[in-house]
Amino acid sequence: MEDTGIGLWGVPLAIFAGAIRVSTPFIFVSLGETITERSGRINLGLEGTLVFGAMTAYAVAVMTGSPTLGVLAAMATGALFGTIHGWICKWPKVNDIAIGIAMMQFGLGLAFFLGKSFIQPVAPKLPSIPLGTWSAVPQVQAALNINVLFFIGAALALFLFWAFKNTRIGLILRVVGDSTDAARAMGISPDRVRLLATAAGGSLAAIGGAYLSLYYPGSWNEGISSGQGLMAVALVIFARWNPIGCFLAALLFGGAGALGPALQSVGVTQGYYLFYAAPYVLTLIILIATSSPTRSLAGAPGALSLTK
Amino acid sequence: MTKLLPMNRRNFLQASAAGLAAGTVPGLFGSQAMAQTALTVGFIYVGPKDDYGYNQAHAEGAAVIKKMPGITLVEEENVPETVDVQKTMESMINLDGATLLFPTSFGYFDPHMLAMAAKYPKVQFRHCGGLWTEGKNPMNTGSYFGYIGQGQYLNGIAAAYATKSKKIGFVAAKPIPQVVQNINSFLLGARSVDPTITCQVIFTGEWSLAVKEAEATNALVDQGADVITCHVDSPKVVVETAARRGAFVCGYHADQSALAKDKYLTGAEWAWGNVYTNFIKAAQSGGKLGNFVRGGLKDGFVKMSPLGPAVSAEGRKKFEATLAEIMSGKFSVFKGPIKDNKGNVVVTAGTAFAEDAIELESMGYLVEGVVGSTS
Repeated sequence: MEDTGIGLWGVPLAIFAGAIRVSTPFIFVSLGETITERSGRINLGLEGTLVFGAMTAYAVAVMTGSPTLGVLAAMATGALFGTIHGWICKWPKVNDIAIGIAMMQFGLGLAFFLGKSFIQPVAPKLPSIPLGTWSAVPQVQAALNINVLFFIGAALALFLFWAFKNTRIGLILRVVGDSTDAARAMGISPDRVRLLATAAGGSLAAIGGAYLSLYYPGSWNEGISSGQGLMAVALVIFARWNPIGCFLAALLFGGAGALGPALQSVGVTQGYYLFYAAPYVLTLIILIATSSPTRSLAGAPGALSLTK
Repeated sequence: MTKLLPMNRRNFLQASAAGLAAGTVPGLFGSQAMAQTALTVGFIYVGPKDDYGYNQAHAEGAAVIKKMPGITLVEEENVPETVDVQKTMESMINLDGATLLFPTSFGYFDPHMLAMAAKYPKVQFRHCGGLWTEGKNPMNTGSYFGYIGQGQYLNGIAAAYATKSKKIGFVAAKPIPQVVQNINSFLLGARSVDPTITCQVIFTGEWSLAVKEAEATNALVDQGADVITCHVDSPKVVVETAARRGAFVCGYHADQSALAKDKYLTGAEWAWGNVYTNFIKAAQSGGKLGNFVRGGLKDGFVKMSPLGPAVSAEGRKKFEATLAEIMSGKFSVFKGPIKDNKGNVVVTAGTAFAEDAIELESMGYLVEGVVGSTS
């Protein structure tokens, strides 16, 4: 019997590869939501934006043959969804959380409706960078086939971390997020900043969707997202509104999600439902470990409706 | 996702529509003889009807009967297994005038379809997969299903000739008897060719979880499995991921050869068109529809995808010989002695179960050679 398996090494390799493969949608949605929440607004509708982005990217890639155009089209629709959310929320006494849920349902429904005829066709996939050519092991090569969007996401996390602190736009965003009154006193229009921040957030979330439909798992159907958009919103709070934290939290979720299948594949088959719960158990442990009796929600923007 | 608004409208319309239908268009609820020329049939799917999987298989069956004379087809997809399906059934009965309904998902049966059957005794309900019991369930209901295990057995034969690593993989949703039987059949088919072959199974825990199915497929290929099959609602992700990683694929539910091209060996497909045609013919001629309808490959309930180019001449010969044996009705997949993968004897020597044996419907063990666990 010729054994081409890699035995127990498969588990760390799968966690590593899974962290990269599965995390990308989390990275983009959580970075997008960080921008939005830093401006003092919550957009819970990113699940809808994500799925609509997945559908748009797939449909445009099928029609034009270009996955890059697909991603750009998804970004445009994501920005549009964000703009609608931002525009509705600027009216007095409109609750951004309720609008977010409405926008989520709207995005899902519209994506299912318009995406009907694109379930069957096969779209061209986004290219990946083969970084594993140095290795003779095909499993390592496969694990190191990394999509370019992952690197863009990583770079974006670093850039946002720097930009929030060191740029004028970052400062404006934070002022609006921390105190609407202070922003007005400075002559900044909070509504306009929040509109733009929500549009940018939606646009990034749609990239996460495009990654799902055009790269991994790389197919469009109505069950393509298993709640990644909602989980990523929670990740932002978990990461304390810190872009680098979002990136790391996304990696953690991706890797933990790969644990269940990887363990079953090496023969640890008892209790796989427990392993599937690993990401959530991990979240609970980290939240408890990092909680503090003296401060609540450190790093939360002051004007966020969560903290009011 | 929720369909509150249109359903409320339908409920509102329900009374008047029912009155209209009963009062002025008696044919809709009339005798079977009148229905011979016109019969409205409703199909309800739990997912999208073009999912390359379970729902597509049913929708293809529905498309077959749509061409029959006098048939009006009404369909609704993405109907959850909740009170939503009752609303869909009521609207099909009252607004569209359907007199024969096929709710095709497992969870529709109890309590939803049974509740509707009690409320509309003149409408016929036939459910896919449920276990209809005489005396317990009303006579205007029934269940139909196919034995697809022998299809997975044939998949296993094709897989055995294609594997080089002697390791094949199975992405499974939940460890229910039907899934477990497919896993066992797949390995037993492969072992009928080469008894050293093992089958690695990964359960995802849900019927449709795209990312987890892709992860499971990658994990199987990483561990050296080079032929992959599955039992999930929509095999598209598994098939595409496996083919992209260079593994061969055996299909399930529907024909997925377009997704894997020459990596596609064969597949076990439903042939619901035959089943639905029989129901419709019976309904149109005023005959009995049957309350407990079952069948396998030889009854035309199940079919195999055409063999792909990667199947060797030797493999083709064995595949066709086994298929012929199955068609003759004398073949059983589960022939003793069979041990489970914990070493217990589960089928004693000398015992052979026919495909409709009741013992197979409660299968909870994985046979020797399957690497995996049901819990």
